[in-house]
Amino acid sequence: MTSQEVTTMATTLAKETTAAVEYAARLEHVSKSFATPGGQQLVLDDITIDVAPGEFVTLLGASGCGKSTLLNLVAGLDRPSTGSITTDGRPALMFQEHALFPWLTAGKNIELALKLRGVPKDQRRGRTEELLELVRLQGSYGKRVHELSGGMRQRVAMARALAQESRILLMDEPFAALDAITRDVLHDELTRIWGETGLSVLFVTHNVREAVRLAQRVILLSSRPGRIAREWTVDIPQPRRIEDAPVAELSLEITDVLRGEIRRHGQQ
Amino acid sequence: MASSETRTTESTGESAAGTLGQIVSVEAGLDALDLVVTSRPTFRQTFVNKIFPPIVALAVVMVVWVILTPIVDDPSKLPSPSAVGGEFKDAWLKGDLLGYIWTSVSRGLLGFFFALLIGTPLGLVVARVKFVRAAIGPILSGLQSLPSVAWVPPAVIWLGLNNSMMYTVILLGAVPSIANGLVSGVDQVPPLFLRAGRTMGATGVKGIWHVTLPAALPGYVAGLKQGWAFSWRSLMAAEIIANFPDLGVGLGQLLENGRTASDMAMVFEAIVLILFVGIAIDLLLFSPVERWVLRSRGLLVKS
Repeated sequence: MTSQEVTTMATTLAKETTAAVEYAARLEHVSKSFATPGGQQLVLDDITIDVAPGEFVTLLGASGCGKSTLLNLVAGLDRPSTGSITTDGRPALMFQEHALFPWLTAGKNIELALKLRGVPKDQRRGRTEELLELVRLQGSYGKRVHELSGGMRQRVAMARALAQESRILLMDEPFAALDAITRDVLHDELTRIWGETGLSVLFVTHNVREAVRLAQRVILLSSRPGRIAREWTVDIPQPRRIEDAPVAELSLEITDVLRGEIRRHGQQ
Repeated sequence: MASSETRTTESTGESAAGTLGQIVSVEAGLDALDLVVTSRPTFRQTFVNKIFPPIVALAVVMVVWVILTPIVDDPSKLPSPSAVGGEFKDAWLKGDLLGYIWTSVSRGLLGFFFALLIGTPLGLVVARVKFVRAAIGPILSGLQSLPSVAWVPPAVIWLGLNNSMMYTVILLGAVPSIANGLVSGVDQVPPLFLRAGRTMGATGVKGIWHVTLPAALPGYVAGLKQGWAFSWRSLMAAEIIANFPDLGVGLGQLLENGRTASDMAMVFEAIVLILFVGIAIDLLLFSPVERWVLRSRGLLVKS
């Protein structure tokens, strides 16, 4: 199959979710290059990842590994140069910045996602209250975005993403801009919500401990171009804490490999 | 090593189960700590900070005027405050005062309304269509620096001395401001909002309606405000130049009538009214809208 065919297939597949899908997202030999003044620059090189339904996968990498580019491709905001990406429905996406619309209240932000998905008007309010309750922000329906703290904003953003009823949630360093205390709490929340909803999560981060704290599988990307360097399965039982010894131990191991990858660039 | 690992894992499970129970209260505590307290200023604060200073400024102007009048001692150059006040009283008693104001204000607002209907789609097209933007974008911003009084002579030649000519001048003054405001509003929409909108399915017309337009609202409202200022100025220029009895007496004509009658008190009356109406419309109509838009987005800096 040529890459052209594969790409076309990828765009059509989202609609034809037929029998039982054995993956939430499937990336096959995905490469992406951008045109620069110095010629084509390869950002992602031959990435193959399967995310199973209900699986929590983190993509870990230093700057320049193309993490965000990869998420954009999976979200359908951009197309791969070669290879194919198929997802079980349209993925929901969460950013480092909350990206909530400041002209709407917290509740209306969530309702907009429901509206765009075609949820009938009379069901939206009730569903929104349910989602706010899920992220423990009941009673914040009428709050303006600027009246919420950073952590609360990211929880509303999470509720908005969940409102899309996607089978897979893409998260682009969603907690990187938060203070450490809030981040720890949101790790617990995310683990709980993931457990309650049975969503698949593809979580991008440069924080090794965060990756180990959250994921069932950690995929390490090398930088320039982004390639899959190594993969770990994390079978420490949830709920974990970021201070737990097994989390720290595995983090140490992964950090060593990550630093090895980074060191190569200094020697070139 | 192996045994210690097992022990850690076990204790992790226990403590974590407890943690999940605690999380709710920790989270509630964090939320309470981070809560942004917003309170509207009291009337007293508003009075001291916003209302009192302009009253003082006005009082100073009046005092200077009262002192200068006997020094100049020439009512045809500087009429006394009481003479100007007398003009107001006469116009009021004759029942003309509100007529002057209404003639101009109704023209100005109707013209502005038409400018709104033309400027908004024009701005949207310029903002979104690259070719149109390259073609007329620079002309549109250039037109803003063209004094609208320059349009009065051609408008008189094309349309004659009538109301259509007035509206034409208003449109030429206000449309570029409104369109430009919308263009800069659209330009300043953070790309992140557009990406977030697209992942939720807000593409095409839905994207414009649910994301681009509301995000561009602050720039658009600023454009409307400026558009009104331009409308009002254009109208006054048109009324002063196109003085024709059938058109009725608006504020511009009042000013011109004062000049031809060498009645400085009437000239002052007209100037004060023009200034007053311009400020009043801005304060009553546009500023509240602008403040509401900015406050609801947390963009209004509390002083």
